Amino acid sequence: MPQFELNLNGRAVKVTVANEEASLLAVLRNELGLVGTRFGCGLEQCGCCMVLIDGAPQKSCAKPIWSVAGKSITTVEGLGTPERPHPLQQALLDEQAGQCGYCLSGILVSAKALLDRNANPSRAEIAQALDDNICRCGSHNRILRAIEKAAAMQREAAR
Amino acid sequence: MTAPATPALTGALAEHPALDQWVAFPAPGRITVRTGKVEIGQGVLTAMMQFAAEELDVAPQRIAISSGDTDFTPNEGFTAGSQSMQFGGVALRQACAEVRALFLQSAAERLGCGIADLSIADGRILRHGAPTAEDYWTLAASVRLGTRATGAAPRKPAGNYSTVGRSAARLDLPAKVFGAPAFIHDMTLAGVRHARAVRQPRRGATIDTIDEAAIRRAAHGEIEFVRHGDFLAIVGDDETAVEAAAVAAQTHVKWHGVEPLNPLQQQASSLLQQPTIDRTVGAPPSDAAGRASHYEATYSRGYLAHASIAPSCAFAEFRDGHLTVWTHAQGVFPLRASLAQSLGLDPKNISVRHVQGPGCYGHNGADDVAADAAIIAMQKPGTPIRVRWRREEEFAFEPVSPAMVVKVRAALDDAGRPSDWTAEIWSGTHSARPGSGNLLAAKALPNPPPEPAPHDVPDAGGGGAVRNGAPLYDIAAKRIIHHLVPETPIRTSALRGLGAMPNVFAIECFIDELAERAGQDPVQYRLAIISDPRARAVIERVAKMSAWQAGLPAGTGRGRGIGFARYKDRAAYAAVVVELEAGEAIRLARMWCAADVGLAVNPDGAINQLEGGMIQSASWVLKEQVRLETTGVASRDWETYPVLRFSEVPEITVELIDSATDVPLGAGEATAGPTAAAIGNAVAHALGTRIRDLPLTRERIMATLLSSE
Repeated sequence: MPQFELNLNGRAVKVTVANEEASLLAVLRNELGLVGTRFGCGLEQCGCCMVLIDGAPQKSCAKPIWSVAGKSITTVEGLGTPERPHPLQQALLDEQAGQCGYCLSGILVSAKALLDRNANPSRAEIAQALDDNICRCGSHNRILRAIEKAAAMQREAAR
Repeated sequence: MTAPATPALTGALAEHPALDQWVAFPAPGRITVRTGKVEIGQGVLTAMMQFAAEELDVAPQRIAISSGDTDFTPNEGFTAGSQSMQFGGVALRQACAEVRALFLQSAAERLGCGIADLSIADGRILRHGAPTAEDYWTLAASVRLGTRATGAAPRKPAGNYSTVGRSAARLDLPAKVFGAPAFIHDMTLAGVRHARAVRQPRRGATIDTIDEAAIRRAAHGEIEFVRHGDFLAIVGDDETAVEAAAVAAQTHVKWHGVEPLNPLQQQASSLLQQPTIDRTVGAPPSDAAGRASHYEATYSRGYLAHASIAPSCAFAEFRDGHLTVWTHAQGVFPLRASLAQSLGLDPKNISVRHVQGPGCYGHNGADDVAADAAIIAMQKPGTPIRVRWRREEEFAFEPVSPAMVVKVRAALDDAGRPSDWTAEIWSGTHSARPGSGNLLAAKALPNPPPEPAPHDVPDAGGGGAVRNGAPLYDIAAKRIIHHLVPETPIRTSALRGLGAMPNVFAIECFIDELAERAGQDPVQYRLAIISDPRARAVIERVAKMSAWQAGLPAGTGRGRGIGFARYKDRAAYAAVVVELEAGEAIRLARMWCAADVGLAVNPDGAINQLEGGMIQSASWVLKEQVRLETTGVASRDWETYPVLRFSEVPEITVELIDSATDVPLGAGEATAGPTAAAIGNAVAHALGTRIRDLPLTRERIMATLLSSE
């Protein structure tokens, strides 16, 4: 069975997959037990499965595992923990920015990619960066506020 | 002999009066509270926890909530209709008050004092405010929690609330923010196998041929076929192979009995050509239409998808004659009953457990995928089965919200105000949930259960198509002529608010049209014909919040509109103002809402729900319609069924009106109708011409502008 190496959330991992056609998402969830990256559509349309691949936000649901061999992957689990939350995670909790919460993993990853390249985005820039992520419950404004707040927290910490 | 009825008990507490069904003290310092209502992203468990902590006088962290499990929780039907707090929450609140009273009585006996001497602080019994050796857990062994609630236990006066009425952080949010297993999709069971159903293209279609070899080739992995009647499924250990096989099976399984659909039936107007079952609700017929001054207009809305962010998922295991099902359905007990009927099992041999899923907003594929999993599990005893629908499968086969046509006729008095009102409503059913309709896969089984007779949600339950069908305004005679369309091209069922959204859209647009004919400002016109003080309060508040100005010119490309309703005429009040720009397309600029949800147990949670309802309604109104083609639903992904995206969502301000009541009225469905109407009215104001058919797509706006030139 084919074996692939990844740098996953800062750690080198080897994964053996039964099916070479498996998507990165399927491997994360079914082989590596990282279920934080959610399945939404399998069509690269909703953003639930967003991960960072070599720092760029990418949908993982239709990306074959072989195509990311040797690359650096960051998932929502790589952002922070309840003990050491990422500012984005803290801000989402502070703003109670979610209803069902299914979209939040992908949104966190998209937002991290934005803040990594733009430390002080406008509301419109944040919204545009999230246009690849669907939220169906209508938590949009809370999420936008939370990301603004996280950006401010990060800028403050960097001073 | 049965115990005499206790009128003070309401809702689920009347049906489940034994207090040990609601509250348990499993270990020192710990309390378990049980509710039949389930978390569907609306924050209900957090609000339940607040109610329990308040009435039991304990810190919220001591409470664990068990919800939606046929083995452990009370049967509270469906989590639907914005009734969870109004009925389920109120039942739990009373149960906790009864439990508290039993413990106080027990403590008084043990301490040899009067109950009036005692109080409770974080579960500890205080005597004249001083600590005693007793607490809930030292007393638990001597209190008989199996006792029936009496309804007589005193509840805490609302003025003494310290937890209820204050915003609380959602209990379920951390797991969702840190990427923990939070949803049924993330669940695992030892030895679980993946499965997908091969859907009948139409209900009742029968299998002609199966090209197993072609499907196996496409799978690129080991799969097996499971067949029971015309129910076919693919099972395997590798989800990727199973999914690929399921996609291939759409081509390589041939069916008999697949009647083509007529794509024109996606239009709501096609309902007018269908046979109907008719009835009249409300005032007797009148000759209003024959009077000199009357007005009439017709509004419509197409079929809508729930379009949950993820497709439905379920687990099932059949072991030693017992079926266990894990589901994100809204009603574990109704699902159990439907499974029992479809599968020929005794309900006592089925356990159904709720696990959170993506927001559903009503009856989506959750029940049906649970049936898929259950059928497969029964064919493979001892093997846990996980079924997750494909995205395209959810869009194509979930029950949709029915298209509706609403024709409003009013006789007008000398001041141009309505004196007689008739709403004529055409709609398919809003009710095909378990218990009212059959599970999707049941029709493929060897002995399918009978199809229920045509029906809609009973009026006592708020009605389906007639929900909010008559306005709350002071009008001498109001009636609804309800045309139930029993045959719709696709299966229809409950979506957030049922008929309330199209009905309130029609009513509130019509009111604006009447105001315009009378030469009056829409806000002033409404206030002139409504006396309910709580209704007036939300309308006045939202006008103030939005700095509403009378007499702004129409047709400038920028518009403002208002919409109002009291959900179901008996739940929450909401008024919404929308400001937008309308050219070839519509850009929402601002939305404001004032709402009276009664007692807001978790005010931030209520605001979150009201806001979510506004955004979802805006998405329905501007973008959404299920499209048909001859082979079925054509809108099977997010490109063909677009929803509002982040850049399209306007700034929103929501304010709650404190109505000094201890009765919660629910919030999740209150804003959809008013928002739809406010957008409709704002578009009419911006364009100077009215569009009465939803959705307000670019094509429809262009066509309207061209025809009005």
